[in-house]
Amino acid sequence: MRRILAVLLENEPGSLSRIVGLFSQRAFNIESLTVAPTEDQSLSRITIATRGDDKVLEQIVKQVNKLIDVIKITDLTERSHVERELLLIKVLAMNDKSRTEVKRITDIFRGSIVDIGKQVYTIELTGDAEKLNAFVNTLANETEIIESVRSGCVGIARGEKALRL
Amino acid sequence: MTKKQFTGAQMVVKALAALDVKYIFGYPGGTVLDIYDALFQQTEVEHILVRHEQAATHMADGFARATGEVGVVLATSGPGATNCITGIATAYMDSIPMVVLSGQVPSTLIGDDAFQETDIVGCSRPIVKHSFNCRVVEEIPNIIAKAFYIASTGRPGPVVIELPKDLLMPTSMGEFHIETDVKMRSYNPSIKGHHKQIKKAVKAIYEAKKLVVYAGGGIIIANASELLTELVEKLDAPITNTLMGLGGISGTHKNYIGMLGMHGSVEANKTMANADLILALGARFDDRVTNNVKKFCPDAKIIHVDIDPTSISKTINAHIPVVGLLDVVLQQLLDELTATDFKPNKEERANWWQEVNQWREINRVSYVQEGDQIKPQRVIEAMYKITQGEAYVCSDVGQHQMFAAQYYPFAKPRQWINSGGLGTMGFGLPAAMGVKLAFPESHVICITGDGSIQMNIQELSTCLQYNLPVVIISLNNRSLGMVRQWQDMVYGGRHSSSYMESLPDFVKLAESYGHVGMQINHLDELEDKLNEAFTIKNRLVFVDVLVDEKEHVYPMQIRLGAIDDMWIKKGVKA
Ligand SMILES: Cc1ncc(C[n+]2csc(CCOP(=O)(O)OP(=O)(O)O)c2C)c(N)n1
Ligand SMILES: [Mg+2]
Repeated sequence: MRRILAVLLENEPGSLSRIVGLFSQRAFNIESLTVAPTEDQSLSRITIATRGDDKVLEQIVKQVNKLIDVIKITDLTERSHVERELLLIKVLAMNDKSRTEVKRITDIFRGSIVDIGKQVYTIELTGDAEKLNAFVNTLANETEIIESVRSGCVGIARGEKALRL
Repeated sequence: MTKKQFTGAQMVVKALAALDVKYIFGYPGGTVLDIYDALFQQTEVEHILVRHEQAATHMADGFARATGEVGVVLATSGPGATNCITGIATAYMDSIPMVVLSGQVPSTLIGDDAFQETDIVGCSRPIVKHSFNCRVVEEIPNIIAKAFYIASTGRPGPVVIELPKDLLMPTSMGEFHIETDVKMRSYNPSIKGHHKQIKKAVKAIYEAKKLVVYAGGGIIIANASELLTELVEKLDAPITNTLMGLGGISGTHKNYIGMLGMHGSVEANKTMANADLILALGARFDDRVTNNVKKFCPDAKIIHVDIDPTSISKTINAHIPVVGLLDVVLQQLLDELTATDFKPNKEERANWWQEVNQWREINRVSYVQEGDQIKPQRVIEAMYKITQGEAYVCSDVGQHQMFAAQYYPFAKPRQWINSGGLGTMGFGLPAAMGVKLAFPESHVICITGDGSIQMNIQELSTCLQYNLPVVIISLNNRSLGMVRQWQDMVYGGRHSSSYMESLPDFVKLAESYGHVGMQINHLDELEDKLNEAFTIKNRLVFVDVLVDEKEHVYPMQIRLGAIDDMWIKKGVKA
């Protein structure tokens, strides 16, 4: 099962490498991992998308928690939460027909064209992983994808529940 | 008025002194020369110069295991630091408090592949509890204080500190501040067991008809032996120890049924297999205990007490997990049992003990002394007799280690010192040296083999320099016995690279290092000569005992079987 873990940790040199090292050392899967300092610069927040059964997930959570730098970890997928990922994608837009079609698809998915080249459009889209996948597949049917980059997902719990000190 | 200024090197030494460190084990080199210079100019911290950095880590480790204090290592950058890796991993696997101070090239050169630069923090990351890079000189004392706190609390473990040379030199000076009462927002080792879990555990104890206590190294680390003994007596339950837990309860206690696991006693493994409740205390259901996890103790409910939540339900699912310090949780369990006026059900216990005693009577930890060759087990028995079971026994890795574990019943915790988790050959001698340094008046034995002893033999020189008269007893079977045993049992008797040709003359070798060498070749001289070895005070004695090279360690679990599927001797199953 796919899980999304949110981790609050000390913003110290080496703390990210400990998390990444732990996952490879214990043969845990990482689908995506994002990290950035929080509004309190002494803290970092990591979102990890991973896969595993309950037993594996229990070990992942405990092992991450055991790292000295880690303050808290929570499994967002246990409760209702908001999950977002950013996609930047550059596609071929050579003629009017393909330009119109790319624009139309982008609008339907509520994305936006952020840059235009002689023969290419660059599009930005946010959403959950499923929406991004659907968008990429639809585009691929219409035109050629030159390159794309995804941020990996970030997530936050709905309601009052929060991951803080 | 400006406060007194110190170099980083002086701060390192001052911090160690402030943390009551008496000994530090190390080896000098370019990046740490300032620390050596600072050590030279004071008397509070004594430096022990080893002959190989791996030995420094094992020596610090042995010191830590015997005393419960943090062992401290100092090594130079690059090869000095990488030589520590095996010792760090050894300490990590057995949860030993250790702080390793490693030099590093100057900050400005980090990342340039400078002379003797290795990323030791990166290299050691999977085998440390935590590590620190120092970037500012004033931070050094508090980083060291934090390292000690982390290394010694919760589930202990090794901590590495990397010290770039420019922070140690007179070019960067600073004021000295140290906060020895460390608090960290991201690290609060949990202390007390959850009261609901304690209640649940006690309820399960009331319901159990076939209770067994399975206690590991956590008992030793938590200094919880007395509480454990009290609990076992209150429960009137059979108790087994892991290899790491030996001495957690006296090896001659009436409820003690021996070590469990791969080379454990038949009665311990059978009792586990037939129990309806396993009370696991500071043990981690290691694969050398469980054998095939799929067949592990099918009828048992499991209460698992450990300070480290990751150890719980990792390999074997626990029905009642209790996270907490063992001494605290044992007291909680005792209090709850007392509060509810617990008395074991006489009849049920009698039935259970009757079963256990049947397995006990088989007494399968046994051997036959036949032929003229000395059986290795016989040597351990003699050693036990002569030292009246009171010696510190520091072991290397192999058959001799298992024989020592089986035939030397340890009366007290911290008496048995061995590399259980990593199984590091070469651990024994330096570990014994660390113990001897801490307890110069006690008998300290290094039990070893002809293979293992050669992995850190150079430390005989350190022993002379610091007058560390340990007694080395080498069960010389002219082979890598444990490897050979597996080859006999699993690989059709093909002894691929498991024999030792061209062994040195160990007697002369000991003598050339300035020690006493002794060889024992005949059964009838065994006790007398061993006795003599132990009466020689203030000299290290190396006793080279030629033993039967064909002897195998039994009992032995049958691979992929249940915990109690065992060979009790060649071709005979339990
Ligand atoms: C550093 C290291 N290398 C290899 C091994 C694998 N190993 C385990 S026991 C053993 C043989 C040990 O021989 P010896 O010290 O003579 O002890 P014996 O088994 O003969 O009593 C070996 C090679 C190990 N445990 N550690
Ligand atoms: Mg040998």
